[in-house]
Amino acid sequence: MTTSEYASERETTEGRVFTVTGGDWDSLTASVDPLSNEKIVVNMGPQHPSTHGVLRLVLELDGETVTECRPVVGYLHTGIEKNLEYRNWTQGVTFVTRMDYLSNMSNEVAYCLAVEKLLGVTDQITERTNTIRVMFMELQRIASHLVWLATTGMELGAISMMLYGFREREYILDIFEETSGLRMNNGYIRPGGLAQDLPESAVKKIRDFLKYLPKKLKEYEAMLSGQVIWQQRTQGVAVLDVTGCLALGITGPVLRSAGLPWDLRKTMPYCGYEDYEFDVPTATTGDVWGRYLVRVAEIRESLKIVEQALDRLRPGPIWIEDKKIAWPSQLALGLDGLGNSLEHVAKIMGQSMESLIHHFKLVTEGFRVPPGQVYVAIEHPRGELGVHAVSDGGTHPYRVHYREPSFVNLQAIPAMAEGALLADVIAGGASLDPVMGGCDR
Amino acid sequence: MSIQPGTEGSAPVGAELGAPAQTPPSPDKGMFGVKGTGDVSGFGRLTRPRPAAFDSPRPYGGYFDDVYDALEEAYPALSEAIEKVVVDRAELTLHVRAEHIVEVCQVMRDDAALRFELCSSVDAVDYLGSDERRFHIAYQLTSMTYRRRVRLEVAVADGVTVPSVTGVYPTADWQEREIYDMFGVVFPGHPNLTRILMPDDWEGHPQRKDYPLGGVPVEYKGAEIPPPDQRRVYQ
Repeated sequence: MTTSEYASERETTEGRVFTVTGGDWDSLTASVDPLSNEKIVVNMGPQHPSTHGVLRLVLELDGETVTECRPVVGYLHTGIEKNLEYRNWTQGVTFVTRMDYLSNMSNEVAYCLAVEKLLGVTDQITERTNTIRVMFMELQRIASHLVWLATTGMELGAISMMLYGFREREYILDIFEETSGLRMNNGYIRPGGLAQDLPESAVKKIRDFLKYLPKKLKEYEAMLSGQVIWQQRTQGVAVLDVTGCLALGITGPVLRSAGLPWDLRKTMPYCGYEDYEFDVPTATTGDVWGRYLVRVAEIRESLKIVEQALDRLRPGPIWIEDKKIAWPSQLALGLDGLGNSLEHVAKIMGQSMESLIHHFKLVTEGFRVPPGQVYVAIEHPRGELGVHAVSDGGTHPYRVHYREPSFVNLQAIPAMAEGALLADVIAGGASLDPVMGGCDR
Repeated sequence: MSIQPGTEGSAPVGAELGAPAQTPPSPDKGMFGVKGTGDVSGFGRLTRPRPAAFDSPRPYGGYFDDVYDALEEAYPALSEAIEKVVVDRAELTLHVRAEHIVEVCQVMRDDAALRFELCSSVDAVDYLGSDERRFHIAYQLTSMTYRRRVRLEVAVADGVTVPSVTGVYPTADWQEREIYDMFGVVFPGHPNLTRILMPDDWEGHPQRKDYPLGGVPVEYKGAEIPPPDQRRVYQ
């Protein structure tokens, strides 16, 4: 064996020992000199664990620094807005709930508020229905923020946070299942009311959850907030100030992390939010760290709202009085899912022909909505969720457009990523909390 | 089909020749042999044509008068820029001529008495058959300072362009791309007007009212999903 300049050798009692040293990198880079100044284009996604679904980022890299970032969306486009035009107004709920699959209840409420505003029945929605809607939207916000904490933890190296976050979210999905029969894509909020009343068993589950989560939240904060890796991965990363947010249309926790306390629940209340006591948490750093603080604080505020909603929950009707709009049957949750209650079936099939006709007309054809257009916006876990609904006077929507916060917020990725390190693109993207099902619709 | 008032029963046509979603010729019968709407009560025939949005008289009520007056003061050419003002369901809609939309947006954003800092949403509606200028682009503006909302609406015919407002509201970037993708309205001045949700090589614009839903031949042998208006439906 010949002696190499990279492996010196010496004799020992154990035999000959080679000490291998590193390669001569100067000569190596010199030999590939024409390439050393070249920028690399990296295609991240659409299938990438940290792009939250199917988001594709085309990144131009100079070393580890991102010089250009181009987001490509549309891989999850399912034509929901087009499909809505071929279904009646009530059936639309089933579609919109599938847009942003982490905040089904918020999607449904926004749609129903728009339909009710078109019908001009907003103030006829019963007290109990509004209370349950508020409660479920806040539970949904907690669930969504828990998933954000879970996935962001995973992406920044705190895998255990992923397990914990998804575990706690499961309690909320249990509550939804107890009430609507489905964990996700509930189809629970309907124009004019709710699919069925909140059962007592769900109330108990919510009470238990209110006791359970605060303890756990403390643990997660203890785990993450003081951790050096977490701090270094989030502090000063992907900064976006208020001016940048407003120019790019960014709302929600990202805007509040930059210091502007803009929350539609406070500034333009709906569903009776003005009667609840809660704060709008903000941060001033405008970075991923600030967004983390804001979201955790929002979970606490949401818990406060849920508790107040439970306390003000009184027995009463859930459907509006107008029989031309209210769903005719009393839906009931059976072992095989949600369906017509047996009493109602017995009535329409055995006793009242008029009830049967009424049921048939309303369920198959649906109600007519006076022509016109409205824009209704609610505070979604990710920001302003707007519904632009247009009616031509028929039983089907003429056009429904969702102003999805995920879609609008994703425009901020280049502003956050360009000039930063590749690893910070992940942190910045995650801090926007995009859900591609909502973005692409 | 309920999408075109007054042309009940007419088959949808593809958006463009050779469009992938062009409806193949199909018999008038639905899946269950139902003709027309399948409605036997007679009430289903009561079609209500969408009335044109009428000019609302002053006073508009609420903060709408303040907004209009402030806009008039800050933008003297308002009378020729605005076609009509509609107040409906407690929402103010200013119908703006396409060529003035950027100037109006600029004033709406910058004037101290208006301050519509946030452009919440930009989207389009296709009023095929009820308006010559079929595409209506709606800009939902939000004033965070005064907590107000106003909608600007621009109506254009097919093939007519709308100046891009991305210079005033950069957030309109992706939303104008979506409108181009879904309706085929072109926005001169947009930095990168390409398709955003549909594939780059897609033909036709899916959200147009004359673009059918479904009816796309699928890859399996002989299989085809009828468009929803050819299936059993009660309208």
